[in-house]
Order: sequence, then C-alpha cells, then structure tokens
Amino acid sequence: MTAVAAPPAGPATGTTESPPVGGRARGPLSRRTAIVVLIVATVVAYLIFRTTAVADDPDAAAFRFLGSVRDWVDANRDTHPVFLYGVNYLRLGVRVLVDTIQAALTGLGLPGLVAVAGAVAFVLGGWRPALLAVAGFLGFGVLGLWDESVDTLALTLAAVLISVLIGVPLGILAARVRWVGAVLRPLLDVMQILPTFAYLAPMTLLFLIGSPAAVVATLIYAVPVTIRITELGIAGVATSAVEAATAQGSTRWQLLAKVRLPMARPTLVLAVNQTIMMALSMVVVTALIDAPGLGVNILRALERVNVGAAFDAGLAIVIMAIVLDRVTTAAGAAWSAGTHGSKSARSQPSAPAGRAAARRRTWWVAGPVAVAAIVIAALPITVDLPELSFAKPVNDLTGWMELHWYDATEWLKNTVSTVLLNPLENLLVTTPWWLFTLVVLAFGLVFAGWRAALIAGAAAAGLTGLGLYQHSMQTLATVLVATVLTMLVGITAGVLCARHDRLAAVTRPVLDAAQTMPSFVYLLPAVALFGASRFTAIVAAVIYAAPPVVRLVERGIRDVPATVVEAALSAGSTPGQLLRKVQLPMARGGLLLAANQGIVMVLAMVVVGGLVGAGALGYDVVAGFSQREDFGRGLAAGFAIVLLGILLDRLTQGFHRRKGPLR
Amino acid sequence: MRNRYLSAAAVATLLLAGCGGVKSDSGGDAPSTGSKGTVKLAVNPWVGYEANADVLAYLLEKKLGYTVEKKNLKEEISWQGFETGEVDAVVENWGHDDLKKTYIDEKKVAVSAGPTGNTGVIGWYVPQWMADKYPDITDWKNLGKYADLFKTSESGGKGQLLDGDPSYVTNDEALVANLKLNYKVVYSGSEAALIKAAQQATAQKKPLLFYFYEPQWLFAKEKYVRVKLPAYTAGCDADPKKVACDYPDYQLDKIVSKKFADTGGAAYQLIKNFSWTNDDQNLVSDYLTNQGMDADKAAEKWVNEHESTWKPWIPAGS
Repeated sequence: MTAVAAPPAGPATGTTESPPVGGRARGPLSRRTAIVVLIVATVVAYLIFRTTAVADDPDAAAFRFLGSVRDWVDANRDTHPVFLYGVNYLRLGVRVLVDTIQAALTGLGLPGLVAVAGAVAFVLGGWRPALLAVAGFLGFGVLGLWDESVDTLALTLAAVLISVLIGVPLGILAARVRWVGAVLRPLLDVMQILPTFAYLAPMTLLFLIGSPAAVVATLIYAVPVTIRITELGIAGVATSAVEAATAQGSTRWQLLAKVRLPMARPTLVLAVNQTIMMALSMVVVTALIDAPGLGVNILRALERVNVGAAFDAGLAIVIMAIVLDRVTTAAGAAWSAGTHGSKSARSQPSAPAGRAAARRRTWWVAGPVAVAAIVIAALPITVDLPELSFAKPVNDLTGWMELHWYDATEWLKNTVSTVLLNPLENLLVTTPWWLFTLVVLAFGLVFAGWRAALIAGAAAAGLTGLGLYQHSMQTLATVLVATVLTMLVGITAGVLCARHDRLAAVTRPVLDAAQTMPSFVYLLPAVALFGASRFTAIVAAVIYAAPPVVRLVERGIRDVPATVVEAALSAGSTPGQLLRKVQLPMARGGLLLAANQGIVMVLAMVVVGGLVGAGALGYDVVAGFSQREDFGRGLAAGFAIVLLGILLDRLTQGFHRRKGPLR
Repeated sequence: MRNRYLSAAAVATLLLAGCGGVKSDSGGDAPSTGSKGTVKLAVNPWVGYEANADVLAYLLEKKLGYTVEKKNLKEEISWQGFETGEVDAVVENWGHDDLKKTYIDEKKVAVSAGPTGNTGVIGWYVPQWMADKYPDITDWKNLGKYADLFKTSESGGKGQLLDGDPSYVTNDEALVANLKLNYKVVYSGSEAALIKAAQQATAQKKPLLFYFYEPQWLFAKEKYVRVKLPAYTAGCDADPKKVACDYPDYQLDKIVSKKFADTGGAAYQLIKNFSWTNDDQNLVSDYLTNQGMDADKAAEKWVNEHESTWKPWIPAGS
C-alpha cells in the first residue's frame, strides 16, 4: 500500500528534486555568524520591546467586515444573480449527483453492493482485490455500520468523480501550457496547506449545510493531488516517444490521445488512487457540516467521550480505505503492465503478453461477472450478518487506563505544559507583532531566500491585520511544541525501522492504517487520556503527523549508499557513531523534508484540537460555525490558520530546499 | 428507494429552473406530507435534547408510522436546516432570540411549536464540598480571592471557568470580562467532558468552577451549588458583548420549519403537543447515559411507563 504514503498535506511534491540553491559560495562560516547575530539581535530586541500580551480585540475590523459579508450573503441568497444562477446551481447539481450515486448504492442493497464491489474489483484488478472488496464490504455490515458506510462511500465517489473531471484536464493543461502551470502552482501550494478545518465555515456560507457543501469542501481538499500527479505523469512522458509520433505526422490531439495519455496511464491511476484517499479522509470531517456517514458516528463518540463507538467507525473507515486503495492500485498494475517505457515499479517484464492477458481477462470475464452481480442485486436476498462490535472491550480498556494512569497522564500533561508550552507561549505572545514579522523576515532571508522570506513575512504581518495576533501566537506555540515532539518520536522510530527490517515489516501496515484515518479520530484516545487541554491536541498531532515522518526518515537513512556505510564501519565506527556522523547527516534532506511535512500536518491537527479545549485559532473556527455572533471571527481565524500554514511551510520548505540533499 | 424519486424530482427541478435561477432550497427533500412520511429531527449535542428527540422519534415511528431521520447538528446550524429543508424540527430550543428574529420574523422559514414544558437554567456551579469549605464562594464577588484554587495548566495563571461545547448558549467570556474577574474561560468541548470533570471534582475533592445547566440528570446523583451572579433583569443581556448579569430562566420550546408546520400533518401535531417535565427528561437522560440503553430502548421504557403523559400528545384521529 505504498501509494497511501503521500501524506494529506504534501506541498513537497514539486520541490524534492531541486538541488541546493546558491548560497554555498558564502561558506558555512559566514552564515553561522549571521545566524548568531540574528539570534542575539532578536533576544535584545525582545527584551527591550516585549509587551504585556494585550488580548485580541473581540470586535476587530476584520471580524466586523466578515460578519457583514455573512449578513449580505444571507440576505441575498435567493435574490442575487450570483446565487440564483451560479452558486445555487452548483449546489443543486452536486446534490443531484450525490443523490443519484447514493440511490444507486442503496438501491443495490447489501448483497447487491457486495457483489458489484467484488465484480468491479475483479475486473479491474483480479481475484485478490475482489476477495478483499467482498470481505471489506461485508465487514461494514458485520460492524453494524452498513448505512453509514454507504453514505460515506457515496459522498467520496461523488467528490472523486468531480475531482477527476476537473483535475485531469487541468493537470494536462498545466503540463502542456507553461503559464497555466505557473498560475496553478502557488494556488495548489496554498490549497494543500489549508487545514481541513478552515474550509468549513466558508462552505456553509456559500452552500449552506448538507452533502453539497461537504462534496465541494472535499473537492477543494482532494483536487490539488489530482492536478499535481496528472501534471507529473503527462510531463514525464518520454520525449523520444513524443518525437517519434510527431515525426510520423501526429496532430496535437492525436499526440495527447494516442501517446501522452496512454503512456501516463499508470500515473493517472495513481492520481485517482490518491484522490480517493484524500477525499475519504475529508468526507469524514464534513460531518461537522451535516454530511451523513461514518463521520457522524465519530463526532457523536467525541461528544460523548465514547472511545469504543469511535473505534468501530474508525475501523470501517480504515477498511474502506484499504479496499479502495488496493483495488485502484491493482487496476493500475494491471493496466501499466502493457505500457512500454513505463517508469512504474509495478510494470511486469512480459509487457505485451501481460497487456494481452489483461485485455483477454477483461473481455472474457467482465461480461459473466457483471451479469452475476446484476442477478445477485436483483434477487431478494436478505442477509443476516453476525454482529461484531469492539466498543465494549475498547471502552473497558480506556476506563481502566483512565483509572490507573490518571496520575501519570496528569503529570505528563502538567509537565509538558509548564516546562515547554507555557514559557514558549508566553514568549511568543509578549513579542510585539512587528518584531515577530521582522524575525520571520530575517530568518527567512538566511534560510529560505528572499522570495520565501517575503511571503512568510507578509503572512506574519497578515495575522495582525486579521486582529488575531495573540491567538495565532498561542496556536503557534502549541504547533512548535508538537512538532518538536513529533520529530523526536518520528526520528527515533524511523532510525529503529531503518536498522531492523523485521520491525519495519511490522510497522508498515500500522503506518498505512494510521495515514488513512481522518485527523479527528485521533482526538479520541487523546481526550480519554488527557481531558480537554492543549496537550490533548499535541498528543493527537504527534500521532497524526508521526507516520509520514517515520517513513521519510527511514527512507532517508536507507538511501545512504551501502558503500559509505561499509567504509565507515571498516574505519571502526560504532553503530552510534555511524548514526550520528554518517547516516543522519547524509539523510538530512529526508529529515528536513520530514520536518516540513510534519509541521504542516501538526498545524492541521492542532487546529482540530479546538474541538477539545485546545483553544486559540482552532476554537475560534469551531465557535465561528456554531455561534452566530462569532462568525466573523471564525472566518478570520480560518484565514489566520492559512497564513500561519504558509508561514511555517515557506520557512521550513526553504530550509529544506537550501540545505537540500548533499549530493 | 425514496432517493430515486427524489433525484428524479431534483433533476426535474434543475431543468425547470433553467430560466428562473435556483433558490437555496431547491432539490431539498420534499417536506413530509400526510402519514408515512419522513420527519427530520435535529439532534443537538446534549443528552437532555436527545431524550426529547428519542421519545418523539419513538412515538412518531411506533405510534404514528412515520420514518424519523435524526441529524446530529449544533444549535445554530440546525436553524440553517430550516432554510435548506434539511431539518423539520428542533425539539429543545434555548432562547436564541436573534435566530428567531432572522428565521421566523424575517425569512419566514420557521415557526414556533410551543414550549416543551421544561424550564432551562444556566449558571456557574461548584461542587458541594467547596461550598461547605468556603461558604462565601457562592457569591461572584468573592470569586476573585479564590481564583488561585481554580488554576490549571490551561488557564494561564488565572482561575479556570470550565465551559462546555463552544456551540452552547453562553455569555461567559463577556461575563468574566465585564465583571472584571481574574478568570479564563476554557472549553471542554462537550457535555460529556463537563460531566466527567464535575464527577472527578466531587470524587477527588478537586476545585472546579464550571458552566452547567438544568434539566440535567447529574443533579439527581451529586450535589452542585450555583454561584450567584448579578441578578437578571429584562434586557440586560441584549448586547452579547456587554452582558454583566446572570442568565435568565429559559422556557425551552420547539421550533419547526414553516413547510413542516403547513404540511406535516399528524407528525407536526404530535411535536406541537409534546410537553413534559424536567423530571421526565432527566429520567430518559439517565436511561441513556447511565443505564446503557440506546435511543430506542430508553424511549420504549419511558413510553411504556408513562402512558398518561404521552397519550394526550397523539393527535385525534390517528
């Protein structure tokens, strides 16, 4: 299931290949001096100018403006042409699509849908995915979550369908037309940093509550991946093949239809695969704006602090993710088997034979299988599945842990809060906003180049413009502490996995499952253990963001050439020295990329922590879509989160790019 | 199956609407008409509300033959549902005069369906042992000197006032600011988290100042004492940012969508007639929370044992 590896927020797609950019001519010494000078200057400036952390104005201009926007939209929803002919049409169209898919899926009934899922999986991928699909879909019934699963599946399929319809053409355009690519790139960057939470309020403003808003939110979350991977696929088609076809007199459309698209097919399948994964995790979050499905169960469990109930629903989501992932991956493998020059690792050596076999299977088997599925769907079969729920054992376990671990968890929470979190938060909130902006600018210049520095600096200033500087700094403090912990956990686990193959083999499926879980599932165990606090959000963020960090670190260390390791060992290095002196420094590119990915994911999770007492921006967003008079502040907080995301991403991305892989 | 017809209807709307533009409620589920329709109940996130909804849902399904769809929504988002057709009824509403003005008076998409019979109380509470140990703590004027007791890792050096779900009706941040109290409002995120904190405070004799409300089953099990805030006078909470007085007593009521009121038939009548006491609600809440019953079981038990209460709700002729 390697394909799930790309973490939900992956701004690094376009940057990994960039070599170290300039700067090295100045030599490490002068840069080190610059950093020292900057740190000293910062400390001095802070001591002179620190403030008393005046609370944010609850009635800032930005809030009032956004509140008035809301009032306007509310008043004109059924009269203004933009709504009558634009937004409302969109909403209606999406609703029709969702209703149709949902009606089709529920119309099939349990046996029919299981049969159809199995048949589709069989035709696309063969008997293995088919078995998995049948077992997985039956699993929804066994867990007693059939209806909810079907709702979630319907929403996901609708969102994926639209994402592919929009994303693939855009991806092709971006690959073929230079300016389209240039315009899209920064836009996609921002869309990928956006934490899921920040979308929801604007969505309800435009599309009201319900499935249409949910599908549009999911679309915004998932479509950047579709576009990005399609673009990569089309741009990666070998020039020799294109030239050969051009020489034979192909027109541009023929080139696209006969050469580029077929050759990029494995990548296109990967694009669909990743889109599905992203969509699934977002669809669950949209339960907050009245989308039906498994997310509702999780949200209810969260409200009742019922970890067991969430466990069942979470399990159903993981099953759905695994089934969808395996089926699309298998389909990609089967199709890519035939494409010459495919760079896919899955392409088999006997390419033409493989393709022929795949085609034969498709034609000979698809017909009967489809007929069988239809017959099963039409038959009035009632299935009595055994019921199985993990709610009780899980609740017993959490109850036991709450009782016996109370002192330990309380101690851990209070220690982290007083030793790390509170001092850092205090430092940040008492820094005047202009000093913060200057520091961001200066460090950005040193680490990330002037362009990234300007963007990050503007984002820092924007936080004040939105009237949310204090809350942003509180959130930032939580994010930084969580990131440090994530990196500690991630690097330790990554190093261990890189050294012990057996451990890595055991960890991999766990990481796979962890990455398909929607973010707010992780709040539950954290809430059960730590109550409502910022530390709860930190724990959830570490669980959420650690898996990709573990992966990247492990890969970085494993990619250190064996010859280098042998040379170090023969020179008498101990394993510890090998790690500190050779493997970690050489894997620096991977580590920094991991930090970049980690910090963006941590931000997304810390914000969701607003649901369980993590306060600051996350709370503003939650309050914004649940309390009318707070709407303006909620929307502003959404923007502030985006700015914070851009700031953190630009700084760490530049960091990673500049110090990039030493090759 | 219902959905097939619905989507067909929605496609038709899409085509018909071609020239006129589309209103925000287009394509929404048709309102329930006559018997055997579907009633969409909003379910707000506290167990007392669930008790109302569960008993109503049980009666609608078992006695009147309707299908009930429960939608888990926050209070204000439920009101939006009246406009989109996602929600037919809110069965425990706490005040919300601003929403009433917007959705009932201005947009005319909702109407009141009368009181639920429950009286709602919101206030600040401390566990009984604190009131025994510090007798003057129950007056807000003395909270200042006890602020240190309530310090936690989350309250930033001030005393902590623990609130519930951010969507609940609350003036607490304004109150703390306007009464110049050295406290910080911290949101636990849910009723369950509030109750857990309260129970811990009682069991382990830990200080806790928290936002709480009646009807509430917990009061039957453990004692909590309400802290006196400056008395409520009519209109003192008109400006949510300048509130410096206690919460009023709320006559909890039911709100239904206009469409449902016009065409909901027996289902609307039942919801309109529904009225019971705080004790009734607390009983069902207790079944749900502490007796491990699910919605249907809890409602069934109550319905079986209180026929004289619900019999009059059933509209004549159905």
